[in-house]
Amino acid sequence: MIKIQGLIKEFQVKNKDKKTVTKRAVDNLSLHVKPGEIFGILGPNGAGKTTTIRMLTMETKPTLGEIYYNGESIKKNPLEIKKLIGVVPQHINFDNDLTVGENMELHGRLHHMSSEKRKQRIQEMLDFVELGDTINRMPRSLSGGMKRRLLIARSLIHEPKILFMDEPTVALDPQVRRRIWDLIRALAAKGTTVIITTHYIEEAEALCNRVAIVNKGKLIAIDTPEAFCKSLGRITVEWDDAEGHQYQFFESRQEAAAFAGTLEHGAHIRRTNLEDAFIELTGRKEGV
Amino acid sequence: MLQDICTVFWRDWVVLKRRLPKFILSRMVAPMLYLVAFGWGLGRNIQVGSGSYLDFLVPGIMALNSMNISYNSLTPLCTERIYHRSIGEYIIAPMHFNAFIIGKILAAVLRGLISSAIIMILALAFGANLNITPLFVGILILNCIIFAEVGFFAAMKMDSYEELSQVNTYVLLPMSFLCGTFFSTRTLPEVFRWFIDVLPLTHTSYLLRGISTQSPVALESVAVLAVYAIIGFILGNKAFRDQLK
Repeated sequence: MIKIQGLIKEFQVKNKDKKTVTKRAVDNLSLHVKPGEIFGILGPNGAGKTTTIRMLTMETKPTLGEIYYNGESIKKNPLEIKKLIGVVPQHINFDNDLTVGENMELHGRLHHMSSEKRKQRIQEMLDFVELGDTINRMPRSLSGGMKRRLLIARSLIHEPKILFMDEPTVALDPQVRRRIWDLIRALAAKGTTVIITTHYIEEAEALCNRVAIVNKGKLIAIDTPEAFCKSLGRITVEWDDAEGHQYQFFESRQEAAAFAGTLEHGAHIRRTNLEDAFIELTGRKEGV
Repeated sequence: MLQDICTVFWRDWVVLKRRLPKFILSRMVAPMLYLVAFGWGLGRNIQVGSGSYLDFLVPGIMALNSMNISYNSLTPLCTERIYHRSIGEYIIAPMHFNAFIIGKILAAVLRGLISSAIIMILALAFGANLNITPLFVGILILNCIIFAEVGFFAAMKMDSYEELSQVNTYVLLPMSFLCGTFFSTRTLPEVFRWFIDVLPLTHTSYLLRGISTQSPVALESVAVLAVYAIIGFILGNKAFRDQLK
């Protein structure tokens, strides 16, 4: 559905000596997103996730590389491709001079929806995110979680086939985060392809069919969360010693228990998770 | 494209409609002060040609007021671009960029025309003689377009309200007083006058005054304004596209 080939994005920035230098935010990124999947782009802050989304949604132009939607380059017919996509930006970007309903209406108008269809979809989407009674309120009067859900509702008015979500749960409390996860799962169940960036590993693990791990603008690895864990070993033994926090991976709980028994200090045995894979792949010092 | 222009205009109309009484009241303050200070106050002792100073003054005030209103109508785009980032909604939408620029300019023109109508009503109440023709309105619209484009360009290029206010201080404010609005540029030293005569507001002031006093229209001034409008649109388009870099 979406194919990225050799994507590069460079910016001119000032360094500490106030000299203009070229910074590469995305470095030779190539990947392929399948129809109907929830695809995660996981990486630490500054890894190039948002820049990648901005290029995919045509908010910024790549320095080099190609992006294809259903085999067609975005350079060929960008307006037609824009009709297919919905975007939930990381930054809450409502028009603060318009009410919730007017913000939704503006989105519907920008996507050339008929007046009748707009009216119907606005109410449907507000109800979907449980904000049906906020239609006449100003966005600034809503809580952080409500604003995030409203961003999702707005992005869905025109029934996009592909939904880009840039850190949709950043700075939200666990209850609201899980509610948004449920919304994302409901969308995927209806056949919407979802591309989600996050630096929350548990979010990628809970939601995504496949995950691309990026760091410093580069693609480190791409696979299913289960495959990442399997490649390390299903069971992890964690312990602390004079050299610091240590861990080792094993194929079975018996092997792990046998190893833990040899340790002088106490050890913790648990299932390997995506965070372990992430730390292994990005280097133990990088962290998230 | 027309549908997209209407959408962009619709957004600004919704905002303006909500604030219309406040907008009208606030737009009455500056022209009232000009008319009282320069029309009734200083103007009583000044005779310009065969008419009163008030008749001379009103087209100039309309020119400078429409300039200020159209410019300032689009400067909030700067905060929409940098802080609220609501412009992103238009960039990712399936619409042509020109539709966004034209829609915004038309909304600024509407504001400029409303404030010009307020001045006209006030001026008539003050006893001014005005000859308003379709060409007069056309020149006013052209003036609004030019300065809406300046506002759009500044909002796309400047990074703060402080920088935007510098355009007001160093460009619009001197033009307000020097471009044939309150007095004829013929009284200025020649080198200075040459510079002032190149500026768009000077052409607008003279055209509006000429039409109002039923003098022959300087077609070259209309052409100069049209060139400014075209250049302004090209620069605005480039500045908007630069947002994608």
